[in-house]
Amino acid sequence: MAGKTLYDKLWDAHVVRHNDDGSTLLYIDRHLVHEVTSPQAFEGLRLAGRQPWRVSASLAVADHNVPTTDRSQGISDPVSRLQVETLDSNCRAYGITEFDMNDPRQGIVHVIGPEQGATLPGMTVVCGDSHTSTHGALGALAFGIGTSEVEHVLATQTLMQHKSKAMLVSVDGEIGPGVTAKDIVLAIIGEIGTAGGTGYAIEFGGDAIRALSVEGRMTVCNMAIEAGARCGMVAVDDKTIDYVKGRPFAPKADVWEQAVAAWRELKSDADAEFDRVVRLNAADIKPQVSWGTSPEMVAPVDGAVPNPFKESDPVRKSGMARALEYMGLEPETPITEIKIDRVFIGSCTNSRIEDLRAAASVIKGRKVAASVKQAMVVPGSGLVKRQAEEEGLDKVFLEAGFEWREPGCSMCLAMNADRLESGERCASTSNRNFEGRQGHGGRTHLVSPAMAAAAAIAGHFVDVRSF
Amino acid sequence: MQPFTTLDGLVVPLDRANVDTDAIIPKQFLKSIKRTGFGPNLFDEWRYLDQGQPGQDCSQRPLNPDFVLNHDRYQGAEVLLARRNFGCGSSREHAPWALADYGIRAVVAPSFGDIFYNNCLKNGLLPIALSEEAVQQLFEEVEANPGYRLQIDLPEQTVTTPSGEVLRFDIDDFRKHCLINGLDEIGLTLQHADEIRAYEQRRNQQAPWLFGNG
Repeated sequence: MAGKTLYDKLWDAHVVRHNDDGSTLLYIDRHLVHEVTSPQAFEGLRLAGRQPWRVSASLAVADHNVPTTDRSQGISDPVSRLQVETLDSNCRAYGITEFDMNDPRQGIVHVIGPEQGATLPGMTVVCGDSHTSTHGALGALAFGIGTSEVEHVLATQTLMQHKSKAMLVSVDGEIGPGVTAKDIVLAIIGEIGTAGGTGYAIEFGGDAIRALSVEGRMTVCNMAIEAGARCGMVAVDDKTIDYVKGRPFAPKADVWEQAVAAWRELKSDADAEFDRVVRLNAADIKPQVSWGTSPEMVAPVDGAVPNPFKESDPVRKSGMARALEYMGLEPETPITEIKIDRVFIGSCTNSRIEDLRAAASVIKGRKVAASVKQAMVVPGSGLVKRQAEEEGLDKVFLEAGFEWREPGCSMCLAMNADRLESGERCASTSNRNFEGRQGHGGRTHLVSPAMAAAAAIAGHFVDVRSF
Repeated sequence: MQPFTTLDGLVVPLDRANVDTDAIIPKQFLKSIKRTGFGPNLFDEWRYLDQGQPGQDCSQRPLNPDFVLNHDRYQGAEVLLARRNFGCGSSREHAPWALADYGIRAVVAPSFGDIFYNNCLKNGLLPIALSEEAVQQLFEEVEANPGYRLQIDLPEQTVTTPSGEVLRFDIDDFRKHCLINGLDEIGLTLQHADEIRAYEQRRNQQAPWLFGNG
């Protein structure tokens, strides 16, 4: 019999019961809660007269709606304010730990989970947010759920699930200088497509993934959902354990060694079999820039916008043509000739300290191009912001002409005041380039923090490797 | 949950692949703390010529005459015919809420985003995956025949076209059972409360750090 995949091990450890119809009742260790997808779940709980099953499993934070400017006046948009206040009052009513908007630990839910040690190797982690796949970087089974499932987890600490198929995405060899985790994952999505991972749990492996820091692995796992997979994961190694050690919610001395011993098992067995294996050669991956309205529409920075007339599949062809029209791009335009209006460095994909360091190292001593209307940095959490300020990164950004903001989801999805105007073009370190994602009519190009920083200085995309 | 058994519904075709949940219901409408009222903002950016805001009276807004949902022949549609990877992207359950609130009871496509697919089933909305070829054929038939309807039978797992052609679809038994009977899944799970507690006790022995502070 073949050995177990990492996914098998995580799954098997959380089976409460197998149902006759082939579904499984799966136990959930950690439930992250934010303001957008939880109010209706709490309301459902209340209407049914139910109590949360285990409040200590939940950790809540407001991130989607919060302003990234001065917070002393609260949230000016009354609809956003009500949603954040509703989270506050629900957490108070049920005794759920919450980092409220003015807590120094507040931040994007997928940044603060690992940062606090609230998400750990071996856990099942869920949140009413598709980018929950991020936490799989720690060797956890982490996936996004809808609001009905949020309510189900609150009420039962379980979910009724069907096991996915297992896919290994192996990135072999070494990436070149100037190529980052973001470029790796964009290249993967470009390769397998936005539905390539649908129905699969993806394990990311290979030398290039192992060589990434845990933060880099989070960037990769974050975008598993952009490849269609609900969860992405990376095997536990020394980096994982070093990352977790000493974090506020991490196991304390008395059980630390026991936890580490268990976590060391969290890797696929050598003889494990996957339903699908995809291999990429790391050396072939160049800095990536998305040109369209789906994350699979990416090109290397030294490439060009594709020509729909060269596409044979009719559905793809019309999709490309629509995307180019929306993006205001002509076929075969070199990527480096695309000029930008705004730059956004942030989001659960790329707002951690290493991301800010990478961007700052490109910017240092340079100025944002006069043609760029706005360049902003939105740290992933209050603690990331503080760390960056201790390192003087805020000054590097401010001196270059960037805005230095308070933490939150911000212009990744423009639920707060941070957004693109119609027709504006943005170099963004976020995860989705969907139509209207960053604002009605806004045009998003997904890039790494270093590439976004270089674009801010040049006013158009440039190859950061020769910048 | 509203039960779903059979439906004889007018079909509206949305001829685009990779329709994401941001397109189904744009972010500004996610600020609501309610489950209802999202229908007027379904496909808001495509459906209207102006930029929609929460709380607006949509009946006064300029409609995009090119968008298929605004065509006279598709008014009252209950079946949405779509292309591959429909509902990809965010986990927002507001997407099926908006479809259901608008009056859509079933979505037929070659494939769906995983989270969206799950979310539909919790809201009495039936996602039906058919082959690319079958979907292509349905697109052609809908375009050619005004008033085109499909008969959907969940217990039998069939879609029947006006010409009498029967297409079968798959759905797992548990979800089918819940949908047909409009069952509350939480209530069903809580029937296994003893097993959940037993799991917790067992797990707490092996991995006590999982049950610490939170």
